[in-house]
Amino acid sequence: MKDSLSTRKLIGNIASYAVLLALAFFFTFPLVFMFMTAFKNNDIGSDPEAPSEIQLMRDVNSASAFVPNNNMGVDQFKDVFGRFNEESGNTPFWRIFFNSSLVVAIIVILGLIVNSSFAYAIARMRFWGRSALITLVVSIIIVPFQAVAIPMLLLAYKLGLQNSYQGLIIPFIAHAFSVYLFYQFFVALPKELEEAAFVDGATRFRIYWNIVLPLSGPVFATVAVLQFLAQWGNLLWPVMTLQDPKLFTLPLAMQSFFGQAPRQWGDIMAFTVMATTPTLLLFLFFQRWFVRSAVSSGVKG
Amino acid sequence: MESKSAKQADNITAWLMSAPAVILLTIFLIVPFLMAFGLSFTNLKLNSPLPTQIVGFDNYLRIFSDETINFPRALLNNFLFALVVVPVQTSLALGMAILVNRKLPFINVFRTIYFVPVATVMVVVAVIWSLIYNSPDGLMNAFVSTVTFGAIKEVAWLDNPSTAFASIMLLSIWQGAGYQMLIFLAGLQGIPLELYEAADMDGATPWQQFVKVTLPQLRNTTIFVVITTTILSFQLFDQNWVMTRGGPQDSTTTMVVKMVEQGTGSLGWIGRASAISVVFFLIVFSISLIQRKLLPEERAVN
Repeated sequence: MKDSLSTRKLIGNIASYAVLLALAFFFTFPLVFMFMTAFKNNDIGSDPEAPSEIQLMRDVNSASAFVPNNNMGVDQFKDVFGRFNEESGNTPFWRIFFNSSLVVAIIVILGLIVNSSFAYAIARMRFWGRSALITLVVSIIIVPFQAVAIPMLLLAYKLGLQNSYQGLIIPFIAHAFSVYLFYQFFVALPKELEEAAFVDGATRFRIYWNIVLPLSGPVFATVAVLQFLAQWGNLLWPVMTLQDPKLFTLPLAMQSFFGQAPRQWGDIMAFTVMATTPTLLLFLFFQRWFVRSAVSSGVKG
Repeated sequence: MESKSAKQADNITAWLMSAPAVILLTIFLIVPFLMAFGLSFTNLKLNSPLPTQIVGFDNYLRIFSDETINFPRALLNNFLFALVVVPVQTSLALGMAILVNRKLPFINVFRTIYFVPVATVMVVVAVIWSLIYNSPDGLMNAFVSTVTFGAIKEVAWLDNPSTAFASIMLLSIWQGAGYQMLIFLAGLQGIPLELYEAADMDGATPWQQFVKVTLPQLRNTTIFVVITTTILSFQLFDQNWVMTRGGPQDSTTTMVVKMVEQGTGSLGWIGRASAISVVFFLIVFSISLIQRKLLPEERAVN
């Protein structure tokens, strides 16, 4: 009796692992495929007659897509740098990477300051207009960017933000959902420390800066990760607002490279590897925060 | 007891701390939000020498009747996407969550792996899957031809109006399931173990436990997941724009794709695109209302 129970448990565990592994394959095969293709030394576009190039598309057509062939290397990465430089009349790759990094870094950092200080004020201070502001924040969370994108384009023209770094950054600094996450966190913090400091004559801003901020690491990390993910991949707004290739961000540059005929699959894959590796590395190092931010963007219970 | 001047100082500090966010949210969210409604009643066109006029409901009539715009097709596609992707992705994610909630060695590794696509930029995902769907040489063709013993081969997945949208749905599920899995996992971990112990005592089978304990306990989580995924279905843009530009023959077009096509670039029909924005918002707003009705109020002002 006991034996059959443990046998059943063993079979159950084996079945679980079988499904777990099948799912693991499903969720990783495209990425393995991307890395493998990117590091295979050939390119279908540059010379269709060369055997190595035929090899790449043959590999793409079978299980060899997932294994190295006898000609691995970084040729296609060199191709990307060769294609994306000033001599060939394109924006250099480093510049595209810099554009994305600059825009996202400024949005995330200024966003943390602006959204958290607003959230602190409405969470902790009693002032005229407070409850109206809370209601406002809660109601505008449901307005997606897509609903305001078109008027924003007009506004960007009028304010001279069209086709510029400022235009990519300023509209995204304040973020209602980030404010809401900070607000929830601050409301739940114990008040005693702050009250003691207040009695000692510290100003509100000092309390926020010296007492509340050091306690708020988790919520800052969560909001930073959420904003980083959303902004690093942002395609819609750059598509709408950018004309100058020098300002292109990674998603926009990738989309426009991808759209050029004939498609140089190997080079495209090398480009995507370089565009997505930073997010994958960040994810592996800061996994805990990614998971936490995903969950905190959901409901509790 | 705070003095009057301290209160005033508090007032000033509070507004100073709020001002940057409030000003930015006003200019870049509230103002454009209201503008969308106003603009949708005008014929405003970028770079047009003609004066802008109020045209009433013309834009709305136009987007729903003009076959060259084909907006109803976009609307239909968004609904179709929600109808297919939401149930499939939600059930897959729930199954995954239950699986990774088991106490097995290395289970954390699997959780991480399933979440990786979520941390991958959508444009990257779209590009990789375009190579998978490449035709005649491509992984999808190799796979399908192998499992059908060569009966189906060389399908032009993204160039064929009858397969393009389904192909995009598949990669969207691939990218989004990990996120939902985590939400479900959090929900599962919130279920009191005593409920399962009691069910065990009563001799309930695992399936009965799932139906009688797990599902009812996950009610709120499920509503949340279903609603947010539905809203995301209506925001569909990146993958369609990169992979097919809404084609072939509008088979993968969406509301946001139409909005961008009409409102930007050479067309620049701000008025017409604003009407699309308003329709888009009203749909998303209705879905959010359903959520607020079904879920207990958590965003209460304290």
